[in-house]
Amino acid sequence: MKHNSAVGLAALALSWSIVNASARGGSDVGTILTQIKAVGREGSGNVEAGKAWKELSRCEPNALPTILSAFDGADPTAANWLRLAVDTIADRAVASGKALPATDLESFALNKDHDAAARRLAYEWLARVDPKAPERLLPAMLHDPSVELRRDAVARVLGQAKARAEKKDTSGAVAEFRRALSGARDKDQVDLISKELKALGAEVDLAAHFGFIQKWMLIGPFDNSAGAGFEKEYAPEKVVDLAATHEGKKNLRIAWKEYKTGNPYGLVDLNKVLGKNMGAVAYAFATVTSPVEQPVELRAASNNAVKIFLNGKLIFFREEYHHGMEMDQHAGSGTLKPGRNEILIKVCQNEQKEDWAQMWSFQLRTCDSVGSALPGTQSAQRHTDGAGERRAER
Amino acid sequence: MNRIGKKPAIVLWIPVFLCSSGGVRAGDWPQFRGPGGTGVSPEVNLPTNWSATENVRWKADLPGRGLSSPVVADGRVYITACTGYRERRLHVLCFDAASGKKLWERQLAATGSTTCNAKTSIAAATPVTDGERVYALFASGDLVCLDKSGDLIWYRSLAGDYPLITNQVGMAASPILWKELLFLPMENVGDSFAAALDKRTGQNRWKLERSRGINWVTPQILMNGDRAEVLFQTEKDTTAYEPETGKKIWSYGANNPSAVVSAFTGEDLIFVPGQDFVALRRGPNGGSPTSVWKSSKLRPVYASALHHQGFVYVLGHAGILTCAEAASGKVLWQERLKKGNYWASPIAADGRIYAVNEDGVTSVIKPGEHPTNLSTNDIGANVLATPAIAGGAIYLRSDHCLFCIANNRS
Repeated sequence: MKHNSAVGLAALALSWSIVNASARGGSDVGTILTQIKAVGREGSGNVEAGKAWKELSRCEPNALPTILSAFDGADPTAANWLRLAVDTIADRAVASGKALPATDLESFALNKDHDAAARRLAYEWLARVDPKAPERLLPAMLHDPSVELRRDAVARVLGQAKARAEKKDTSGAVAEFRRALSGARDKDQVDLISKELKALGAEVDLAAHFGFIQKWMLIGPFDNSAGAGFEKEYAPEKVVDLAATHEGKKNLRIAWKEYKTGNPYGLVDLNKVLGKNMGAVAYAFATVTSPVEQPVELRAASNNAVKIFLNGKLIFFREEYHHGMEMDQHAGSGTLKPGRNEILIKVCQNEQKEDWAQMWSFQLRTCDSVGSALPGTQSAQRHTDGAGERRAER
Repeated sequence: MNRIGKKPAIVLWIPVFLCSSGGVRAGDWPQFRGPGGTGVSPEVNLPTNWSATENVRWKADLPGRGLSSPVVADGRVYITACTGYRERRLHVLCFDAASGKKLWERQLAATGSTTCNAKTSIAAATPVTDGERVYALFASGDLVCLDKSGDLIWYRSLAGDYPLITNQVGMAASPILWKELLFLPMENVGDSFAAALDKRTGQNRWKLERSRGINWVTPQILMNGDRAEVLFQTEKDTTAYEPETGKKIWSYGANNPSAVVSAFTGEDLIFVPGQDFVALRRGPNGGSPTSVWKSSKLRPVYASALHHQGFVYVLGHAGILTCAEAASGKVLWQERLKKGNYWASPIAADGRIYAVNEDGVTSVIKPGEHPTNLSTNDIGANVLATPAIAGGAIYLRSDHCLFCIANNRS
């Protein structure tokens, strides 16, 4: 999410002055938070952070907004140190009958410039002490950058939609389900809404909603005997030339094939398109047109080992076979440039013989960090993409 | 005639366990499968009969799923759970053992992958406690040390430290403690390793590369005379290391060890489940052990096996309990327990073996030459976690509840 650093710093400075009076006999809270946020790899900084945390945890509840503000810019490790401080202070305050700073927590939860996880944490503690808070706050959170806040907001609208459906208000229910869908990003909620809409005679384009790529150019099989193909850079990793043919597994000449999957979740079954192969590598290529430069996540799922490239740059790899396939299990981050962008995914099948190890498939979508499909167009047209000049970057 | 009791077991590691964990006392259950990972408790006067309402001392709600066992020390019960979409919220909870009152709960946000098989959970590894602190590891690679009041001592994101860790079936091996060290079984498909951390700081003392592959084996501390060894196991090998340095002492892989079920000791032997179940005797001067006997009839699948009073007990997934002589491997009997799938490991105490199936039905067996099925007890909730025994009570963990089962005090 975006952070408005000026707002954040101002809030932090204001809150520090409050907290300094609250921290008992200790260091400046800014120093304390800095020490905690300095925790690094393999436990470096843990000793100093541990001492700082102990001091921080003695703060009065009015320190909570300050500590929550420190989530801004914190890495995931430091964020968990801070989360535990917030929970400890708030938990003890509630247990001892002290009031939490509900107004400040509400302001914090509503301020989208702050870290999404911190806002959610503020919301949860607010809801603990003010049971009416969810009904007050959630209506404005249907499209929130916090996926957890958004999820609750979607659930609330879903409840309203179901109530309309039960009253046989079909058009009202459809409208409410559509509204819920507009905010829904988690697969379970989207699936539920889609099912309800279908029962009411309305369709949902799941692929468009999630941003799944359905049109691909595919080539394979290349050789992956004994798993050696995962590391081997076959021709498509060097140059994507959709007109070229290549020597594949068992010396076969292989060419790119255009393929459009009709699966609503963008599933491409390579066994069907390229033939049943074991110990094999396939590449899938697609282009995405972006109107502007924007961050992107390429989220994929596969039972097979994968490498994902964006504009020739490797942004994700995972050498794991047949341990389950779940939407969004893999994610690589990058930046879409204005205009045409190239996406290449390498999907490696191994040589396991078990029935459950025969799947050779993938799905891939483009989205933002919340999971929203990005505005853009997709294409995978044979010979007309202008591909062929690109050299893979490393 | 009951053979049990005729052969006093040579259990070398319980005294070691006691001196290694100052805040833990006999009768506590501080780690996966209890004292020293043996699955055996010295507790007595345990209940034989219970139901969802009978002999339930208390029942506590849990915020979410988990396959982790409760651990108990110093009158406190610690347990982990996870909630939220894709189990991305991780919980550590502490209850008062006497009353079941929740003393505190702390949460973390998962920093690593939470993809796992639907049967398991991100809260699969059992925490470990030294009585003063609890150490909880989640399948996402999040590792936290909290004191008994719930205060943070340290936290690490292992997925942040080692981003190539991956086991998309779901990590589940549990950490263990030895003196000032916390041992982490992080064998997996990607960055596969075993490590010893300074339990006071969470910093690495040593970290070793291990063979790649999915793995769920909890390490063990073994004693070789007065020298401790920490045993890590994968499908490739069972390897003993010096706890303080990580220096390899010996390795054994001839039986293709189990990637699920831990090795254990008894009768001065080391039992290693695998394609063949082998009993090893240590070599002289710390040398590689040699096989004393092996058996293809003893095939634990998910549940860890048990050594108790001279016998080895192996529980199959479908509920067949097999008893063999520990010294020879000779199979003495097989008993079909209550029908169902068995994921949890059997445990023993008070001259009985307790084995719970997925439906939450616990069979209580009095073992011997001719086993007696004393009772079957339905708690009315599914159970995949290995139970715990402490303070005269049996702890059963379901998806949503923690049950403390004890004889009525009246």
